[in-house]
Amino acid sequence: MSSTNTADANYFHKVVDCQWACPAHTDVPEYIRLIAQGRFTEAYLVNRRSNVFPGILGRVCDRPCEPACRRGRIEDKPVAICRLKRVAADNKDEYRSALPPVPAQKNGYRVACIGAGCASLTVANDLMPLGYDITIFEQFKTAGGLMRTNIPAFRLPGSVIDEEIATIVDMGVDLRLGQRIESMAELLAQGFDAIFVGSGAPKGKELSLPGREEASANVHIGINWLESIAFGHVDKIGEQVLIIGVGNTAMDCCRSALRLGAKRVKVMARKPRQFFKASAWELEDAEAESVEIIVNRSPKSFDLKDDRLQGMTFEVMEYELDAQGRITSERIVGEEFFEADDVILAIGQENAFPWIERDLGIEFDRWELPKVDPVTFQSTRPEVFFGGDAAFGPKNIIWSVEQAHQAAISIHRHCYGESVKDRRPPGLNLQSRKMGMHEWSYANDYSAHERRLVPHISIKERFKKINIEVELGFSAEQAAEEVQRCLNCDVQTVFSAKACIECDACIDICPVDCLTMIEPAPEPELRERLKVPARNLEQALFVSEPLKFTERVMVKDEDLCVHCGLCAERCPTAAWDMQKSYVKWPHALEHGVTS
Amino acid sequence: MTFIPKPKVSHPGLPRNELGLTRRDYEGALSTLCAGCGHDSITAAITEACWGISLQPELLVKLSGIGCSSKTTAYFVNGSHGFNSVHGRMPSIATGANAANRELMYIGISGDGDSLSIGLGQFAHAIRRNLNMLYIIENNGVYGLTKGQFSASADMGSKAKKGEVNRQSPIDPVLLAMNLGAGFVARSFSGDKAQLVPLIQAGLRYPGFALIDVISPCVTFNDHEGSTRSYAFTREHYSAAIAADYVPRQAQITADYAEGERIFVELHDGNQVALRKLNAEYDPTDAHAAYGHVQQRLAAGEFLTGLLHCRATEETEFHALNRTPEQPLNAVPFDKLCPKREGLSRLLARFA
Repeated sequence: MSSTNTADANYFHKVVDCQWACPAHTDVPEYIRLIAQGRFTEAYLVNRRSNVFPGILGRVCDRPCEPACRRGRIEDKPVAICRLKRVAADNKDEYRSALPPVPAQKNGYRVACIGAGCASLTVANDLMPLGYDITIFEQFKTAGGLMRTNIPAFRLPGSVIDEEIATIVDMGVDLRLGQRIESMAELLAQGFDAIFVGSGAPKGKELSLPGREEASANVHIGINWLESIAFGHVDKIGEQVLIIGVGNTAMDCCRSALRLGAKRVKVMARKPRQFFKASAWELEDAEAESVEIIVNRSPKSFDLKDDRLQGMTFEVMEYELDAQGRITSERIVGEEFFEADDVILAIGQENAFPWIERDLGIEFDRWELPKVDPVTFQSTRPEVFFGGDAAFGPKNIIWSVEQAHQAAISIHRHCYGESVKDRRPPGLNLQSRKMGMHEWSYANDYSAHERRLVPHISIKERFKKINIEVELGFSAEQAAEEVQRCLNCDVQTVFSAKACIECDACIDICPVDCLTMIEPAPEPELRERLKVPARNLEQALFVSEPLKFTERVMVKDEDLCVHCGLCAERCPTAAWDMQKSYVKWPHALEHGVTS
Repeated sequence: MTFIPKPKVSHPGLPRNELGLTRRDYEGALSTLCAGCGHDSITAAITEACWGISLQPELLVKLSGIGCSSKTTAYFVNGSHGFNSVHGRMPSIATGANAANRELMYIGISGDGDSLSIGLGQFAHAIRRNLNMLYIIENNGVYGLTKGQFSASADMGSKAKKGEVNRQSPIDPVLLAMNLGAGFVARSFSGDKAQLVPLIQAGLRYPGFALIDVISPCVTFNDHEGSTRSYAFTREHYSAAIAADYVPRQAQITADYAEGERIFVELHDGNQVALRKLNAEYDPTDAHAAYGHVQQRLAAGEFLTGLLHCRATEETEFHALNRTPEQPLNAVPFDKLCPKREGLSRLLARFA
């Protein structure tokens, strides 16, 4: 195995598991340290630079960072990254003055964004400081898109959405509420320099089964139903409710139903629990509210009596799994009837573009989805870009934000007549954290605290009104303990083979035995011969240049390093140093254009 | 040293020994030695060795004198017994403890100052007594704790940090021990755990006095150019003559003995030390030959390492020689241990 090229920005970036897993590459350890110092506003700004909506995401992010967190491999539970983000948002001070200024002199380019959701707002956020004129067209009377219409207020209060959107709109965005775009051709005729489609995936999937038509008064499409609640058009539901599907929308539906007066809510899943699409914590919150989740039931028919829905019949399924846990065969072993006054379908959603004429040079594939470049987000018509759910179907907010960041870079380059393909690669800066003999400018001592639980409002209180936020969030004091659980994975162990005198000090002191000095060998062999074999293949091995006395190499298994810095403290020649990595993930503002 | 203790967190995949303990369970307090000190590596090797032979921590006694080396007994096997004695007097304490209880395992940690200067007499007599203990000298050629004066083991011509050259001839503990009749004499290097760990395991089990002289560079006062005890010099002049493997009884059945180059030395508990000759003309069981060979190589500027001499010496072992009781004194019933006035009179009458 040849020595590791740490000049490659991705090597150290990958060590920061949370940042690597975050689609927008939020510098998580950095903002957690700022929270630890009580610098909430700076923590908020570090977040905002990458993910634009820290207050919203601190409540409802799908948090890909948490399953990736190194802490989760060292003990059971990852750091409560998402809820710490909320602490920064809840406790921040005035921050708008720290944002990039919007120039008074415009650059003369006009960009239209369709849909005032997280994607379009991110594009506006990135392009306004560059002097663009941005117009956002929104069909509803309020901005926020699915964040507003599909996420219930008891999870995400409207005031949080309002505040973060206002920050962007107040940059001088021309937000046209209640203006639904019915024709792309007409919009193109208005002479915009670029058009960004961020209209989401607004169409809920249908379940065509016997009785569906006849029962339509009591069968609702999940996302439309949530939208009606958000706008106050629906305020009650029957006593017995069945939710079909077991994704995050289903969780929002079942909990909303309870707040509209349902007494018995059952979530019906086709497959066993390990195949559920909903996040574990959303399932947990729903079950805490006495929602029953029933597995292995496949919908068969809607059953009516005297033209009124009585319930649904399900086929009882049985599955056989292979050693990897994949389904190899399924069979129907019976039928079961469940009573219901109302049924909510939450089996997915899809994009729909009836308003884009097919003769404009915007090509669509055979699933009627636009052909979009996965890197530049450009469509086959050069000035039209897609991002968020509109581009590649439903994902979640954090993915939309990152796609919109990338689309904004493309729009910027496109407007200035430069190639959208020619993009700046990510960079990385390293900065030593050494302050003195044994002093580091980060808290390097390992904290043995277990994950703190976020306090929730009592079950009795929370059902009084539909918009009572269930999670209370960490207080600043509770956060102070949770932040210490972060391992500071961004404070990297940087090794210089030239300085090493092979004294073994670092190897002896490493609490998690991740260092070994060893004769060079191919990677699979090396992994087995380390002090403790490195069997997590997803985590890299660092291999140094040959050492000067014995020509062995220093190998570090990145898997479980707790970044305590003891290797660097014990090193007599400073061959190890602890250096903070700054991932430079370019956005439109830093990306620049040559002209 | 470090300013924070080694965190309690450990690798979930750490192997466990027969007692169900991991290597981490054999650690001690936070080391206050300089960062990069060879002594810390020796500490780690002792930790590893004790874990490897599934030693019950409460059956180990750690003894030391004064000096950087003598501080290290605090840094391994927390659950064992310990005595930090007066400078150079550790062998006397070890003799007393050993006489009182032969069921425990004794490990003495000393340095070149503690053993070869102030404690040379004590050291020599512990060897003559053939005390059943493992005696480790952490040998760095300087008095580190008093800022780097030459010690009694400093080589002729070796340079001090400020440039002064040593003109006095060194005492070599290995040659001295062979001369005094020790049955287990080894030399190793703090930077070679693959060699050191089995040596410690064998030395702990050896019935009689076992000496391991470990070259352990002083990173602060003796790791410069011109020093003959630096990491660089040691690596360059290092030569392994004999490789020792500690062979536990149960492993003897499965181990591959086909190699003709192996010599086995039986330990009293049925375990063995397997010696692998790395140099054909060298017979480590012959004390005279070994003495000559080591001296010759030393003159040629080479640190010969490994288990340089090993032979069974059970008949002269301290307890055998003094016919001490098997039972530890703390387990002898009180009236037998303290015979009262009447018993004392009877005892004294024997000398009347």
